[in-house]
Amino acid sequence: MAADTNPIKQFEVHTLFEFEAFGLNLAFTNSSFFMVLTTVLTIVLFSFAMGSRAMIPNRAQSVAEIIYGFVADMLRSTAGSDALRFFPFVFTLFIFILVANMLGMFPYFPAPGWHSFTITSHIIVTAALAMSVWLTVLVYGLFKHGFKFFKLFVPSGVPLYILPFVTLIEIISFISRPVSHSVRLFANMLAGHILLKVFAGFIVMLAGALGAAGYLVGILPFAMTLALTALEFLVAFLQAYVFAILTCIYLSDALHPGH
Amino acid sequence: MDAEAARYIGAGLACLGMLGAAVGVGNIFGSFLQGAMRNPSAAQQQFGNLIFGFAVTEALGIFSLLIALLALFG
Repeated sequence: MAADTNPIKQFEVHTLFEFEAFGLNLAFTNSSFFMVLTTVLTIVLFSFAMGSRAMIPNRAQSVAEIIYGFVADMLRSTAGSDALRFFPFVFTLFIFILVANMLGMFPYFPAPGWHSFTITSHIIVTAALAMSVWLTVLVYGLFKHGFKFFKLFVPSGVPLYILPFVTLIEIISFISRPVSHSVRLFANMLAGHILLKVFAGFIVMLAGALGAAGYLVGILPFAMTLALTALEFLVAFLQAYVFAILTCIYLSDALHPGH
Repeated sequence: MDAEAARYIGAGLACLGMLGAAVGVGNIFGSFLQGAMRNPSAAQQQFGNLIFGFAVTEALGIFSLLIALLALFG
């Protein structure tokens, strides 16, 4: 049996349609396909759920309202009520990452023989998302508070002799935010999907090496794959939540740089 | 030493970084449970802080795993 058990192969980007403009390679890849699919699916589901706008919500509308309330509560409790002007931004990030992570969990998608592609398992995607958050904080903070925004780096109530060090640490931690923000999501998705494929590969390797007995022993890694899939669904939700809550905390700095 | 062998040893050593993250994450959830058992009514509001602390601690373990993966496949 010559099955391909390379756990890294799932992250390959293939070109679906060639497209070139202004000397740039703008090919439509499976990564672009899944990004478009994530966006279209979100728009369709939410338009369907909120289409009726009933006073007494039906099931679909309740789900949409629960997600809405969940994100609004998260934003209100971490950054205050005046942060609700950023609600569309945080909600979009949360839903995009959540749906993208969930779509990546399909083993055969959109058709048998294909593999689903987890767009958040590529650093370029998560780095773009994290940079958009970081630049929003920086631009909005400077725009709203002007020079006072730099109070963020000089915490109050710190003795004068350690203030330079604390300021330096605060500046370094502010600059490294987009790195940790993007790498956390990317590495979690990457590591989880590699782990899934490694255990799934054990089943194929056992069947190849031991024949009929391999299928029997293969139940063990199969059970492990099943448990890991359940764990990965938890991680898919949790990382979207973590990304959104960190966005809220960073936006809170832009709104109230004093503390 | 063979470069290939050094790569695998390096990947294994890089994974040791996850030890600290494991201790940290365990500490966070353990402390949260301890606090939540003492004062269950206040536990609900601290869920955001719990997840934030978990995320920040876990990131360090993930960084070391990333270095290991880069050493293996990069």
